Amino acid sequence: MASTDGGPRLELRGVTKRFPGVLANDNVSLIVRPGEIHALLGENGAGKSTLVKMIYGILAPDSGDILWDGARVRVSNPRAARKLGIGMVFQHFSLFEALTVLENIALGIDAKIPQNQLEAEIRRVLDLYGLKLDPRRIVSTLSVGERQRIEIVRALLLNPKLLIMDEPTSVLTPQEVEQLFETLRKLAAQGCSILYISHKLHEIIALCETATILRAGRFVAECDPRKETSRSMAELMIGANLKEISRSLGRAFGPEKFAARALSLPRIGDFGIALKQISFSVRAGEILGVAGVAGNGQNELMEALSGEVASPDEMIRLEGKTIGRLGPTQRRALGLCAVPEERNGHAAVADLTLALNGALTARRRMGFVTAGLLSMGRARSYASKVISTFTVKALGPQSTAGSLSGGNLQKFIMGREIMQEPAAIAVSQPTWGVDAGAAAAIRQALVDLAARGCAILVISQDLDELLELCDSLVVINLGSLSRVMKVGEASIEEIGLLMGGVHGDPQATVEMTEALHHAH
Amino acid sequence: MRIRLEKRREPSRIMLALSPIGAVAMTMIVGAIIFEAIGYDGPRAVEDIFFTPVLASYKWQDVAAKAAPLILIALGLTLGNQAKVWNIGAEGQYILGALGGAGAAILTQDMQGWWIVPLMIVCGMAAGALWAAPVAWLRNRYGVNEILSSLMLVYVATQLLNYLVTGPWKDPHGQNFPQTAPFTAAQRLPAALFGQPFPPGLYIAFALALAFWLVMARTEFGLGVRVVGEAPRAARYAGYREADAVWSTLLISGAMAGLAGVLEATTQSGQLNLGFPSGYGFTAIIVSFLGRLHPIGIALAGIVLAISYVGGQVAQTTVHVPSATAGIFQAMMLFFILASDVLVRRRIRIDWGGAKAVAARA
Repeated sequence: MASTDGGPRLELRGVTKRFPGVLANDNVSLIVRPGEIHALLGENGAGKSTLVKMIYGILAPDSGDILWDGARVRVSNPRAARKLGIGMVFQHFSLFEALTVLENIALGIDAKIPQNQLEAEIRRVLDLYGLKLDPRRIVSTLSVGERQRIEIVRALLLNPKLLIMDEPTSVLTPQEVEQLFETLRKLAAQGCSILYISHKLHEIIALCETATILRAGRFVAECDPRKETSRSMAELMIGANLKEISRSLGRAFGPEKFAARALSLPRIGDFGIALKQISFSVRAGEILGVAGVAGNGQNELMEALSGEVASPDEMIRLEGKTIGRLGPTQRRALGLCAVPEERNGHAAVADLTLALNGALTARRRMGFVTAGLLSMGRARSYASKVISTFTVKALGPQSTAGSLSGGNLQKFIMGREIMQEPAAIAVSQPTWGVDAGAAAAIRQALVDLAARGCAILVISQDLDELLELCDSLVVINLGSLSRVMKVGEASIEEIGLLMGGVHGDPQATVEMTEALHHAH
Repeated sequence: MRIRLEKRREPSRIMLALSPIGAVAMTMIVGAIIFEAIGYDGPRAVEDIFFTPVLASYKWQDVAAKAAPLILIALGLTLGNQAKVWNIGAEGQYILGALGGAGAAILTQDMQGWWIVPLMIVCGMAAGALWAAPVAWLRNRYGVNEILSSLMLVYVATQLLNYLVTGPWKDPHGQNFPQTAPFTAAQRLPAALFGQPFPPGLYIAFALALAFWLVMARTEFGLGVRVVGEAPRAARYAGYREADAVWSTLLISGAMAGLAGVLEATTQSGQLNLGFPSGYGFTAIIVSFLGRLHPIGIALAGIVLAISYVGGQVAQTTVHVPSATAGIFQAMMLFFILASDVLVRRRIRIDWGGAKAVAARA
């Protein structure tokens, strides 16, 4: 590791940040050395995002010092942070789908550089770190991994001395993750420090040299992940012993409850994905996982299953009844609940109270509505029940959904659907951006729900989650499903290659398929 | 020292209530300065516009007469605004309401009975809703922006009024004036009820404000309207169809504007003429926002705007400000209320120095 003068590159001393009603960071200290890959670990709401937002100048600390190369600084905005040499790659990309890679990068940098000069510069950075990306491609034709590379290149163009990565692997295939790690290691070898935020502990063990663990806004421990286990770090994070999913082995499944038969839907809009001949069958008590890289038709499939988009009636079945033409309310009445991927503005409305967010999907099924009147008392008590059963950190049913952290809102949404005791449920990304403790609780709740006879379909980009949770597995790629594999029989490599069909690029998919044949 | 806006975790309820008051106060201050600067007695103009109508009890009837249609129209518009369905054409629906009532009046010219006024009201509401229906249909069927189509229909409504009062509906005994025949006693409502100087429309407006509050806060329909406005995808997921919200909010707001129009005709004007359009349909947009899209707030905001109407006339005679003055003050109120909305979700933070600012390093 290249180390310039041995002094820390970034040091936080006693940084405190308070929001109304919450102490987001309480006296947090942190040291990142030159060329170090430093993990920032913590549960949702532990204060990771707040901390990096202060480093990147999006928020200002209430007290405490930020030291950069040994000198006290005040980072007043992201532009100032970039000037210091701090780059950040966000979890959610801000890219214009209809523009090229080059145009997107040009829009995102502070300096005005002529296009051809910028392109040369981009190609230099791509070569230097062995990144594959065509600056002339339109963003909408790129896979998520490639899109992330745009953000990384954008950050690298500034020759950063510290790169902050926020949950970078949540949308990547195992192969793409490995490529990303290669790049990060190269960067670190050249002296760039990396602050890596993630909750995937095995990745941190594979990548990072130091980890700072936060819990409830406070510094808990600094450790060397290579000397720890996933379990020991997870327990530091949640401050308690981690429970493993408990499930009875050798479970017998009931009859088919939830199925799709040759479900095909045309694509909607320029960037949508058409669904092609999707068939699956989930039996009572079974959990079927749908793996795949984001943008391969997961959202389209979810909307077709939830009833937001109607299909020919016979294409979707619930307990033997054809329900393709029914809307979401009627499907829920029959016992099919759904949780879409996006929490904000889809599964929940930020400005509404939790009571009303509960009423969004539970109003008919849980009997809040009498002759068109909505019983606020019942909505509140249902929301309270969800909050206490799923240990949602919220002041109460009158809090707005927007005031909850992402993980807590996800727990509320999952609880809201699970407590309706559906006959079948389709969930997308059930633990997306959720910390280890909460994720374990959500997965346990799904397993318990299946044990009570519910047929469950889980769409997720987190392969580990699917392998832990599901009985069987399919891969979605370009709107088609692969064959059904039994968990335990499927190899990670095969799944990874099935997932790897490059979004919007049939040629690459063909190559992948060939690679798969060779692999066997 | 740096001043910056910071997001609040929860929207501030205090600011939600305070910002309309602040907007009115800012309007008074800025209005006084502007009118002073252009050569009028600014403070006196503000006093006459905002305080004289309240302090002089003989102005109350006038204020009430103007508050009633403003509140009625604004209640309907608010439902649409909650769903982010922007009906800018309430003025046209208001005119159609009056025309509906006047049409019923022509048909019942020689009749007597308690049912005549209710019939006129029903016809007026139906006509107002009818005028909003193409707006909803165009938006749902062809994605036509409702702001444009509803506004355009205002001009069509004005032309229709002009045609009817100068043509087929012209009073045969009216010495060729462009106006309908005066309504008969059986076709009119009293301008004051129960010995108070308040017209029946004001009582109806207050009662409907409560009803709208119930609908918005305590019904499945009201929740759907809000969700469609705030998060269309969540609405679809929750089983609410946007097209339904477009239809229902436009038809209801059209009917409410129609109600205001027919009540104005039967209570105040007693006939229709070319001067009937009064701009209430446009001013009600301000009422809706000044009232924070909340029925009770709207009842209060309707009174404030009615005061500014009446006060504008007072100031015209006392300090000789132009007749457009009231409109200027009303527009300023809308401007300030929208601007101060920033503080509901954000707060001002002032950093007094502290660590040194980042120096630009090469």
